[in-house]
Amino acid sequence: MKTLPGVDVVIVGGGWTGLLMAKEIGSRTAHSVVVLERGGLRDSAYYATSMDELDYLVRNRMMQDCSRETVTFRHSAGERALPLRQLGSFLPGTGVGGAGEHWGAGSPRHSPDCFELYSKTVAKYGAKRLPEDHCIQDWGITYDELEPYYTRAEKLIGVAGKAGNIRGKIVEGGNIFEGWRSEEYPLPPTKIPYYATLFKDAVQSLGYHPFPYPSATLTEFYKNPDGVARPACTYCGYCHAGCMIGAKAQPTNVLMPVVGKHKSVSIRTNASVRRIVHESNKTARGVTYIDASGEEVFQPAALVFLGSWTFNNTRLLFLSGIGQPYDPATGKGTLGRNLTHELTLPAARVFLDKPLNRFMGTGSAAISIDDFNGDRIDHANLPFLRGGLLRANCQGYQPILNFGPVPPSVKERWGSEWKKAAVHYYDRSAPIVFIGEHLAYKGNYMDLDPVYKDVGGDPLLRLTLDWRDNERKMTEFMIPKAVEIAHAMGAKEITPFPGLKHYDATRYQGTQVHGGTILGTSPENSVVNPYLQHWQVSNLFVLGGSVFPQKPVAGPTLTILAQTIRTADAVIDRYLKKPGALA
Amino acid sequence: MQRRHFLTLSAATIGGVIVYTLDQKLSLVSAQEKAIRIPLHFFDETEALIVAAAVARIFPSDENGPGAKEAGVVIYIDRQLAGPYGHDRDRYLQGPFESGVPEVGYQGKATRQEIYREGVKRLPGFDRFSPTEQDTALKQIESTEFFALLRQNTIEGMFCDPMHGGNVDMLGWQLIGFPGPQMTYVDDVDKHFGEAFRPKPVSLVGGHPIEDEQ
Repeated sequence: MKTLPGVDVVIVGGGWTGLLMAKEIGSRTAHSVVVLERGGLRDSAYYATSMDELDYLVRNRMMQDCSRETVTFRHSAGERALPLRQLGSFLPGTGVGGAGEHWGAGSPRHSPDCFELYSKTVAKYGAKRLPEDHCIQDWGITYDELEPYYTRAEKLIGVAGKAGNIRGKIVEGGNIFEGWRSEEYPLPPTKIPYYATLFKDAVQSLGYHPFPYPSATLTEFYKNPDGVARPACTYCGYCHAGCMIGAKAQPTNVLMPVVGKHKSVSIRTNASVRRIVHESNKTARGVTYIDASGEEVFQPAALVFLGSWTFNNTRLLFLSGIGQPYDPATGKGTLGRNLTHELTLPAARVFLDKPLNRFMGTGSAAISIDDFNGDRIDHANLPFLRGGLLRANCQGYQPILNFGPVPPSVKERWGSEWKKAAVHYYDRSAPIVFIGEHLAYKGNYMDLDPVYKDVGGDPLLRLTLDWRDNERKMTEFMIPKAVEIAHAMGAKEITPFPGLKHYDATRYQGTQVHGGTILGTSPENSVVNPYLQHWQVSNLFVLGGSVFPQKPVAGPTLTILAQTIRTADAVIDRYLKKPGALA
Repeated sequence: MQRRHFLTLSAATIGGVIVYTLDQKLSLVSAQEKAIRIPLHFFDETEALIVAAAVARIFPSDENGPGAKEAGVVIYIDRQLAGPYGHDRDRYLQGPFESGVPEVGYQGKATRQEIYREGVKRLPGFDRFSPTEQDTALKQIESTEFFALLRQNTIEGMFCDPMHGGNVDMLGWQLIGFPGPQMTYVDDVDKHFGEAFRPKPVSLVGGHPIEDEQ
């Protein structure tokens, strides 16, 4: 193995968190930074042909290559896990920018009570109301502590929205249920297409409180505090294939223009990190990786950041023997615990009599209601805790992934009768989507698979994950609400979601997988402290959704960015001056 | 040397048919009387005829507009199977191969090429059956991986960019009112409420990707 000259900082993963940390350290210090990205380079020219649904969105050109690396899956600890041989319920990205290149740009904040989920729930309903096998816990940071970083993250990426609560003052037109904000959004909300307008009128008639979904697609020309300028969105509808003009915030158009200017920061692509080298679980010495030519190299570094998405953040700690693996039987150990995923489903598919022109839109041009989110409704007499949002999204629909749904009166799924109905309803039908909160349970966790290996011979990560009655009953409660809204929208026919059974790894739900390296208040209940610093290895930090102890409803990216900025401040202002534990 | 296979089709059934569905109204424009021999990259001619007949039952050509036959779906599938997709280059192919619950997805060792090759063998003479017999035969394989692929690939071939060999003349897009990749809708996205807004479709290629090799 070749040993390279040492650097001050090595960052694993060139996505949102890794490049944001590289930008902050590169801009504010003279320290040398190396970013290691397993995939290739990606710049705006990469997207010149991205308006191709088949190649980009069906064949998953931008995603992790499953032939090299995947995860195994099972519903419960007694079963044998099998590999997910092709992508399904989530789409991990690869290449510079990572999953931040193909995201839908939805940029809400988490509700304040999500950060204190355990204590708030117990205070209101008592510990007996918690599901028997839950392992939910507080984050160790509060919304109020994170608020300034949310504001900075919104300005960094340019979030378009309408505030509903500015320093406690409720503002009509925004989300009146949201946590307080120190100021209005940087940009006005997205235009609202026809389908979301129908939804808005319907929910208003039912007494709910619609709001435009916050989106990191620019609604006007915008220059962020770093001086990075981007143009306004054109609603072409191809957000998920990567934005060709840079209107949708992506690491390549928000961070790379700054990172690329710093001589102290270098990005090495096609570099697959295999291990974090450490001394007796106390001090990290750097990382080893396979470089583009296939050679294994050791990159020594004084400070190590993991920013390689939930799966590889967790897997690298397992493979490196850092921390104590979680044991679901005893509840001991922390590495791998609290695996959660977003609960996203079409609560009701609406069939209308008018065309919707659904090809126009942008990733998060949506109207949503939070009336059933979090603890807005009293759960004293309900058979579940928490809730979720309902949303009509006009993300711009392409035909391969969206052709086929027919109303319940049509029984065929191929042939003339199906074709007639599917063609007629192609542009007259859309889902009302429910996104629910996913609690953490003792039996949902990650560890290394004993059988299946990646292309380099290392064990795959194994997911043990299934829904519980809380998610099933929450879904049962929400379906009739969506059906009621569908009727108010004038639906000719409605297909309600059939009900939640077992977790289905083949049905896309969202690329929001959490846990494995959760943050918390002590080394007994978490892997990292509230500054995302490893409890045992103080020169190792873990960034990204892997630190969430459970899954709130809101999309995670903005919170991940806010947490990364907070960690960057703590590292630059405190740690680099005096290395050691920050909490 | 491997024998080169061709699929011979009349121009009336592939290409040369232009169908506009502005506001869901169909009109057939021109159809030249000329046979086209299309070189096959994966199927042999017998296989191609069976697959062409099967996809034409999944997405038929009828009074509600053109179908898989006119859109060139069999050519699209042939091209896909000849490439990385047909060799399952995107799939995790390490063993052991074991069957599991449906929620872990397809676990088989057979590649898409192999699934098609075996699947077609179960439909001997299919292209010479009557439509009713064809539907009966397809119903018998409805729960197979082969049929699931066939149905999925038919939808892909109907609505992919024509550069992939399907959706000939963008007729799949015209059928459903999809305008293809357009650079901007900024002036239209919050207008046309309740009305069909149907810009003239464009694709990533100007012409027809299938060369006439006669």
